[in-house]
Amino acid sequence: MTIPSEPSIEIVDVSKRFGAVQALHDVQLTLYPGEVQALLGENGAGKSTLVKILGGIHRPDTGIIKMGGETIELHNPGQARHRGIAVIHQEPTLFPDLNVAENVFMGRHPRDRFGRVNWKQMYEEVEHLLTSLDVPLSVYTPVQGLSVADQQLVEIAKALSLNARILIMDEPTAALSAHEVEKLFVITKQLRERGVAILFVSHRLEEVFELADRVTIMRDGAHVITAPTSELTSEDIIRHMVGREIVTLFPKGEAEIGDVLLDVRNLSRKGVFRDVSFQLRRGEILGFAGLVGAGRTEVARVLFGIDHADTGEIWIDNTRVHISSPNSAMKHGFAYVPEDRRQQGLVMDFSIASNMTLPIVQQFSRFAVMDRQRENTISQDYSKQLQVRSSGIHQLVKALSGGNQQKVVLAKWLITNPSILILDEPTRGVDIGAKAEVHRIISDLASKGMAIILISSELPEVLAMSDRVLVMHEGRPAGMFDRADADQEKVMFAATGQVINDNH
Amino acid sequence: MITTSQKQTTTRSNQSRLVGLVGRVRELGLLMVLLVIVVVVSLQVPQFLTASNIEQILLSVAILAIVAVGETLVVLTRNIDLSVGSIVGFSAFVVADLFKQQPGTNLLLAILLGCVVGLVLGALNGLLVTVGRVPAIIVTLGTLYMYRGLDFVVAGGNQVSASDVPDSFLSLATTRVLGIPALILFAAAIALLFAFLLRSSPSGRELYAIGSNPEAARLVGIRSDLLVFGSFLISGLLCGFAGVLWGARFATVNATAASGLELQVVAAVVVGGISTLGGSGTILGAMLGAIVLGTIDDALNLLKLSQFWLQAIDGAAIVLAVTLDAFVTRWLRLTLMIRRER
Repeated sequence: MTIPSEPSIEIVDVSKRFGAVQALHDVQLTLYPGEVQALLGENGAGKSTLVKILGGIHRPDTGIIKMGGETIELHNPGQARHRGIAVIHQEPTLFPDLNVAENVFMGRHPRDRFGRVNWKQMYEEVEHLLTSLDVPLSVYTPVQGLSVADQQLVEIAKALSLNARILIMDEPTAALSAHEVEKLFVITKQLRERGVAILFVSHRLEEVFELADRVTIMRDGAHVITAPTSELTSEDIIRHMVGREIVTLFPKGEAEIGDVLLDVRNLSRKGVFRDVSFQLRRGEILGFAGLVGAGRTEVARVLFGIDHADTGEIWIDNTRVHISSPNSAMKHGFAYVPEDRRQQGLVMDFSIASNMTLPIVQQFSRFAVMDRQRENTISQDYSKQLQVRSSGIHQLVKALSGGNQQKVVLAKWLITNPSILILDEPTRGVDIGAKAEVHRIISDLASKGMAIILISSELPEVLAMSDRVLVMHEGRPAGMFDRADADQEKVMFAATGQVINDNH
Repeated sequence: MITTSQKQTTTRSNQSRLVGLVGRVRELGLLMVLLVIVVVVSLQVPQFLTASNIEQILLSVAILAIVAVGETLVVLTRNIDLSVGSIVGFSAFVVADLFKQQPGTNLLLAILLGCVVGLVLGALNGLLVTVGRVPAIIVTLGTLYMYRGLDFVVAGGNQVSASDVPDSFLSLATTRVLGIPALILFAAAIALLFAFLLRSSPSGRELYAIGSNPEAARLVGIRSDLLVFGSFLISGLLCGFAGVLWGARFATVNATAASGLELQVVAAVVVGGISTLGGSGTILGAMLGAIVLGTIDDALNLLKLSQFWLQAIDGAAIVLAVTLDAFVTRWLRLTLMIRRER
């Protein structure tokens, strides 16, 4: 990349402290017009804080932000937007009751000459925007019914409609399917051509290498290195991020595979998935691969009794079972770690200990009074086993990083002592160091004889962790591969609904 | 390729039609309920469906409807104003007492006084909620009693009765324009004005945004505190005005005037489909809610059923409306999801 004359925005020696936590410590960042810069670091490294400072949500304690050579202040999100800075946040921040078009234009409705909201213009512009993004969404749909991926696309449309000079994306691809990621990349490259300065946070290294011109790595709130992508290897990046060498990303241990534990036969749920059959053995990890919306999570929800199947049978240990509720699923030995830990997995205002013991709170009480002593002992034990990094088991879960939150969710279900563990995107939004730890934990559990279903949108993860892989496409099973047999290409073929010849 | 895009277009228009329909389900449902009541009751009591009785219903609903407009704004932002009855009562007494002391007072000046009283009390609510950061339900529960207490202190057990006030004041409620009582016209004008503002002014849309997702509203730079404060202010203002009309309509005003009005107002708003979680609902819905409840009230009167039934029915209507809302929301989400996956 040729270094252009003047940076779009410069962050100089910025520090930020939240209570006792030093979130940022003398951080530098320079963004040039027409560059894509990746911002990398483990969770808790300070990336999101930096993004929020650029977005005008937080203000730095010390240090300055410069645009066009002059020092500026960003007091609120409105000012940042006014300066041409658009931010796509990690979690979609939309208005569920309002439709797609209004979500794009909220806070800056187009007006006619009487000052009225110009609905027609708004619908047309958003329609146009969505068409140019090749997104088949109706502008009239309330955001309420949209999937996370679609909501993320609305966020992207919103950012684009701002005609921003600086675009900041905090893990924009976490919820997107491969096809949507591809579209986003095409758009990102177009914006780069137009001279927009782009900063994007990601945990997927292959995306970084495909897209980024330069990489900035942070660790523990401090700036580690900024370098052209071409001068770095994945190993370099990971080393800078974690400050130590990691041998492999996916340490799948050997596990002895036992008898069939779970036998699912022709499970269907109207409009959601159809004719799903598979067997799961003790000590086996069965990967569920497929695009977002392929019906994987929906199958898991039926197995765990959240939703109900219309037809089909579930057998456990050669006995047919009826799972009517999560409670009955738990009695049959199921545990389900959901995809959206914020909404479904954790009570953010509870402590680590209270969260971990939530499913078995009944067992902990004597005469209707909580046995705090036992709660503490058990949660301490699991915190240590899973290496939850915190100030103690009484720390509130909302203060933890994503990776550590995920470990708490995991612990919560492991405490129930399940025989069948369903993990839905267990490493989404988790940094690489914590990811390896989660993988180690999964693999340990399998070697102890637990039967595991691993739903993941990251192909390398599924392929490396699973003994077998079930691929789903639009609600139907599209292929089952043994570990030795599965590779990226075959799985991707099945997941995108293309017929595989050698299977017939 | 062509077929895919055609399919997409059909799905799109189906979807928007469906969504549009669901958006209107509440209003249509209320109209149906209204229709059923009208048919059933007029079979029993012929005088139910006469112009004079319809006028009677609308008159009894008019003041409540004006207050419900302000309440709608507040509830849209995921807040609630429980002090409305006390503000109406206080304004009604202050204005009626002014006419009692000085019968020659200019009518416009008196209306202005009522409005200012409402504005001040509404502003206090708004300040406590936005600056004090106290949940609205607590703030306005407190001010419900505070304002009523203030009313008692000022009234001191006195009562203003029809013979104490000049006809010019009472005429506010009895005047007719083109044969329609002014009271009904006031309510209709206010409802239309705010229905327009909620639909077509950027600030109106931003009220929906605040209630729908407060955090996201902050992120897109909406000045939430200002707008929430504004909604309490307008709620107070409309209560103040409604208080003036109350005084003119009932003529007899003491410190207990309009007690319990807040529950009727909340009932009308909730039955009218304004989500208590904020972010959805329309003025039209709230008005229909008020009219349905007013019609039930009138029907019970004509059927000579006990007034005690009324409270039970109002209560049942709230529970039914909220339950129905939950069902419709779930159904809508499910339908949209299934459509998407096909």
